[in-house]
Amino acid sequence: MSKVLIFAEFQNDNLKRSSQELLQFAAKTGRPVVALALGTGAGGGVAQLAHHGAAEVLLCKDSAYDAYNPELFASAAAEAIQISGATLVLASASSSGKDLFPRVAAKIGAGVVSDGTEITVSGEDVKVKKPLYSGKCFATASFENSPVKIVLMRANQLPVSAADTAKTASVTEHAFNKPSLKTLIKEIVKGASEKLDLTEANIIVSGGRGLKEAANFKMLNDLAAVLGATVGASRAVVDAGWVGHSMQVGQTGKTVAPTLYIAVGISGAIQHLAGMSGSKVIVAINNDANAPIFQKATYGIVGDAFEIVPKLTEEFKKALAH
Amino acid sequence: MKIFICLKQVPDTETKIKILPDHSAIDPAGIKWVMNPYDEHAVEEAIKFKEKNPTAQVWAITSGPKSRAVDALRTALAMGADEAIVINSPENLDAYSTAKALAQVISTEGPAHLIFSGKLSIDANQSSVPQMVAEFLSIPHTSVVSKFETSPENTTVERDVEGGAKEIVQMINPSLIAANKGLNMPRYASLPGIMKAKKKIIKEFEFSALGITPAEQKVKYSGFTLPPEKPAVKLLTGDASSQVSQLISSLRDEAKVL
Repeated sequence: MSKVLIFAEFQNDNLKRSSQELLQFAAKTGRPVVALALGTGAGGGVAQLAHHGAAEVLLCKDSAYDAYNPELFASAAAEAIQISGATLVLASASSSGKDLFPRVAAKIGAGVVSDGTEITVSGEDVKVKKPLYSGKCFATASFENSPVKIVLMRANQLPVSAADTAKTASVTEHAFNKPSLKTLIKEIVKGASEKLDLTEANIIVSGGRGLKEAANFKMLNDLAAVLGATVGASRAVVDAGWVGHSMQVGQTGKTVAPTLYIAVGISGAIQHLAGMSGSKVIVAINNDANAPIFQKATYGIVGDAFEIVPKLTEEFKKALAH
Repeated sequence: MKIFICLKQVPDTETKIKILPDHSAIDPAGIKWVMNPYDEHAVEEAIKFKEKNPTAQVWAITSGPKSRAVDALRTALAMGADEAIVINSPENLDAYSTAKALAQVISTEGPAHLIFSGKLSIDANQSSVPQMVAEFLSIPHTSVVSKFETSPENTTVERDVEGGAKEIVQMINPSLIAANKGLNMPRYASLPGIMKAKKKIIKEFEFSALGITPAEQKVKYSGFTLPPEKPAVKLLTGDASSQVSQLISSLRDEAKVL
């Protein structure tokens, strides 16, 4: 059976959970799994790739790959697909995954499906369920005229079991051809927070107009700190300039699917609901019992957020202490 | 000097999506079509560029069913684009074929000095077409752009990535820029702009005449469904302290997410 190539992503030398999901899924298909690992940090990650299911690692420790560059990475990924002979490529629908693989697909004449939430692989046949209209509906994508199939999966959609530290992989170091580049990465400016991005977060605490003013987001930051959560926001408060656009959840912001989504003072405009209704458990705190958010919520508290949220922070602190 | 804007017409964000009985597609009845919100930022940036560079000509281009897609082009013209092109193409063309068609017409009508687009269309949520257009034209691209500066030779942009981080990227022109929301505040069309846009002749191409074969359609969607209905909300009652303690025990013991 032909190989599956996984585009591995690392954060601080650790294999991202999203890459672990893909490796473990690919290993279960029974097809040989090759991981593509680029950059100086990748060398240390080889063992992790093997533990999660890679039988082969295609490694290039060149520091040229330490920062993501679309042209450079597209060239390397296309070459990796060719030399490995893989007919299925799995990557995370991350910032770099979503930027890179459409370019790779155009380069090699392949189809690409982004933002998959479910994937079925039977033999060479690949089907991907994905949300459209930011989750207002779903459809199944299938490939045609696409000898190589590229699927970008959303984070937190596939199960991850414990790493099998007995597993090993064969490692091939390869110096990929470097095209002459028209793109230069001049600088990477770190974000203010080291928190997981909304699209990867397991818990999200989100605020809307019910918070009354920007300064009251502090209340949500406190709650998020106790829960290890990432803070999100509705479009209304982003448009009002209370918080940056990178925090917006919804159809013109980020589509999220955490295990727990706590919506505070968000009434639930249709475009916000589209972006978060994939969350496993939704808690809505709002003083308006008729707010549409309660139609999507698992648990609802009709009440004053300014009274509820600080209490919740205190009680979570106690509950999580033991 | 020509500046292109690749844009798409999509259902308005307030649209409630319905599915056809045979699940083959969404039900087009009653949809209000608008310009993809991210593309408005692309139009705005292109017009700002033209304001500083009066010799620049701004061309808006879209691929889609001509009967409705031209409305999005008229919005771009009303905002200040100079010319518009529609590639009359069937519904549900995939990203690969769409990008191929756009790239082909841009190279015929160009050359393009800069190409702007939105970072994604809010219908298919793919974020694919801009990067593919850049690849087909062998030019550099940056997506998710929130800041743009350009000189005749180079374009320098800020790209938003995970966790609020930013990449500062420099590209040799011609280059493609896919806009994020933070890039600018799109202007409203002026009344004279709207009147002028109404009369403008929109250049037309037929997708079927571009020589793009059926083999270049790579992805097909089927089995459209609505998200599963959520069970009714459990409202937690009592005073604030009681609501909070019920919530914590529900999350821990019932939902098991803590």
